[in-house]
Amino acid sequence: MAADKLDDYIDAVATAMGLPVEDAWRPAVRANLEVSLRLARMVDEFPLPDETEPASVYSA
Amino acid sequence: MTDQSLSAADIAQAVAARKLSALEATEAALARIAKHDSVLNAFTDITADRARAKAKALDAAIAAGQTVGPLAGVPFAVKNLFDVQGLSTRAGSKINRDLPPAARDATLIERMEAAGAVLVGALNMGEYAYDFTGENVHDGPSRNPHDPTRMTGGSSGGSGGAVGGALVPIALGSDTNGSIRVPSSFCGIFGLKPTYGRLSRARSFPFVASFDHLGPLARSAGDLALSYDAMQGLDPDDAACSPRPVEPVVPQLARGIRDLRIAIAGGYFQQNVFPEAVEAVGRIAKALNATRTVEIPEAARARSAAYVITTTEGASLHLDRLRTRPNDFDPAVRDRLIAGAMIPAPYVDKAQKFRRWYREKVLELFKTVDVILAPATPCVAPKLGQVNFTLDGVELPVRANIGIHTQPISFIGLPVVAVPVPLLPMPIGVQIIAAPWREDIALRVAYALEQMGAAAAPSPRGI
Repeated sequence: MAADKLDDYIDAVATAMGLPVEDAWRPAVRANLEVSLRLARMVDEFPLPDETEPASVYSA
Repeated sequence: MTDQSLSAADIAQAVAARKLSALEATEAALARIAKHDSVLNAFTDITADRARAKAKALDAAIAAGQTVGPLAGVPFAVKNLFDVQGLSTRAGSKINRDLPPAARDATLIERMEAAGAVLVGALNMGEYAYDFTGENVHDGPSRNPHDPTRMTGGSSGGSGGAVGGALVPIALGSDTNGSIRVPSSFCGIFGLKPTYGRLSRARSFPFVASFDHLGPLARSAGDLALSYDAMQGLDPDDAACSPRPVEPVVPQLARGIRDLRIAIAGGYFQQNVFPEAVEAVGRIAKALNATRTVEIPEAARARSAAYVITTTEGASLHLDRLRTRPNDFDPAVRDRLIAGAMIPAPYVDKAQKFRRWYREKVLELFKTVDVILAPATPCVAPKLGQVNFTLDGVELPVRANIGIHTQPISFIGLPVVAVPVPLLPMPIGVQIIAAPWREDIALRVAYALEQMGAAAAPSPRGI
């Protein structure tokens, strides 16, 4: 995602969740988010069968 | 009988045989802490009054002919995310200092003390355990006992420093992504991260419920086993604690390892490592006569999935504190957690589904091997405050890379003993990884390595 688009995303999510993101923190928040999203996409790219249960299965 | 080299087993035997009183053992530990902690900064609380009272009660019980436990008179300390009755459980933070004092000890402290151990204090740690360095902006950094200008590793930094510095023979820590194994490696000691669900986490401050483990750090495999055995058993106060029966390891330790199939982790675990880590794994493999290499499938993706689950569960835990007290966090922790709150939920679900796939593949692997060897850290302890290191001509961030070899293992809750290889000038650890619920195998291998002299906790050189 382009940096300005990611900034828009940060603003939108921060507003929706009531999270403060001060200007001084923004570069570090964005840098962390870029790393996390890159790693998340690496997991997302891995094909899994539709039937795969998550590890956190609940037992009643 | 106040030699710092005394092991927990030696102290307990001497106390039970009335060659040493529990109070003498306790006073010796308190004196070592008073002498060296100004350098190590391992302790955030010293519970001297409580420790003396406990020790005197033990000595009275022994004098009255009562049987005492297998850890009688053994001083120990806990990472400050364990509840200690009467202390606020700060978990390395400024914010938690405002909590009321804990009303009751953590389950593992109760079990250690029921076995006769004596709690002498609480230990420094990275804020809210989201850390691999052992540095703390509120309490100052834990310092490495072999070179105080270097990191202890984290987040159980004070646990590594206190045991590596021989202030106490045993400390308890927590390990979500490597926080027992990393300080064990950097401080040159033994650390056990048990199977997920083996030891109760009740009344400890959480971080990532999916991955949080508690366990001991010690100066020998025998002391690890002694404390581990004392802490096992179901606890209804921890929803993730397994109903498995207590499976004592101490009687198994000296069984030998001839029946075990041991392999070295290849691929991902041989990349991004400094020569010291290569040397350490090579020495351990040679001592164990291990020549086979196995590939843990998709380990890089497992590390990525662990990262995503960690940052999102951590964010969920701290959401309200991020809203109300953002300026009271370590800024680096706050900014990671805020970013974690912004990860779309489907990515987290995908990571939990990948976790199940990966677990099944790794369990397949354990049909053909009993033990897998891997580096505990890619490097020896970096300098305090160090931001980058250069590997193969590439500059890499220190913080993000310290845990790359531990994360894919705790991701699926495998039991691991980190064993210290006493390289000079700084030690480094190797992970002895076993199948779920086979702590006995990992500890047997650690014990055998110690007997062979391949693994050993070096005397602290920096204090």
